Amino acid sequence: MSEQSEIFEKKLLIEKGLLGFETITNYSLIQADLEPFMWLKAEGEKNLAFLVVDPFILFSDYEIDVDDNSLSEIDIKNPSDVVVLTILTVSKTGEEPTANLQGPVIVNKNNNKAIQVVLSDPRWMTKHSITNQLETRGA
Amino acid sequence: MLILSRKINEKIKIGEDITLSIIEIKADQVKIGIDAPKEVKVFRQEVFNAIQNENLAAATSTESIESLSDLFAKKEF
Repeated sequence: MSEQSEIFEKKLLIEKGLLGFETITNYSLIQADLEPFMWLKAEGEKNLAFLVVDPFILFSDYEIDVDDNSLSEIDIKNPSDVVVLTILTVSKTGEEPTANLQGPVIVNKNNNKAIQVVLSDPRWMTKHSITNQLETRGA
Repeated sequence: MLILSRKINEKIKIGEDITLSIIEIKADQVKIGIDAPKEVKVFRQEVFNAIQNENLAAATSTESIESLSDLFAKKEF
């Protein structure tokens, strides 16, 4: 958690936007009222936010191989610059919340630039249940 | 858009570094080998669409920001 707290309440610049939200580039990352969750809130967009979490907290077997081009776009020089965020989907229709492990947001915690990447590893999909993971943690 | 025909085991070169090989043709499916440098991203189109759709589904009104505990409480965690 120490790495995560370093980027709390930070402004993030996602130059390419998120897929489907390409024109929205400025975000703030704020702690949610429930640990370990955070909100990725669009700046200047009153009604747009994404619930995010450090995927390694919830999914102990998660691993990602990010292409070098994406890393250089946010000026990642070494692995310790990296913080990974996973976007969660909480539907209003009562389905359980899911984590998008296939399209994580990679943050350079030194310059607060971020990029959403697409992973080609077939293990990771756009909807992974987080309910089991939270129960395991005792949350 | 360039459109061309290829037979099994024939190849297409894209620029200096990328080669596509037609490996197998079976009914309505084509198996393609892609030889590209590591820094070139190669994905099925559906993967992008899936992530775009998931982002749209995950987009939340900021009204719910204050009530995350309530939101999860409702889910019976």
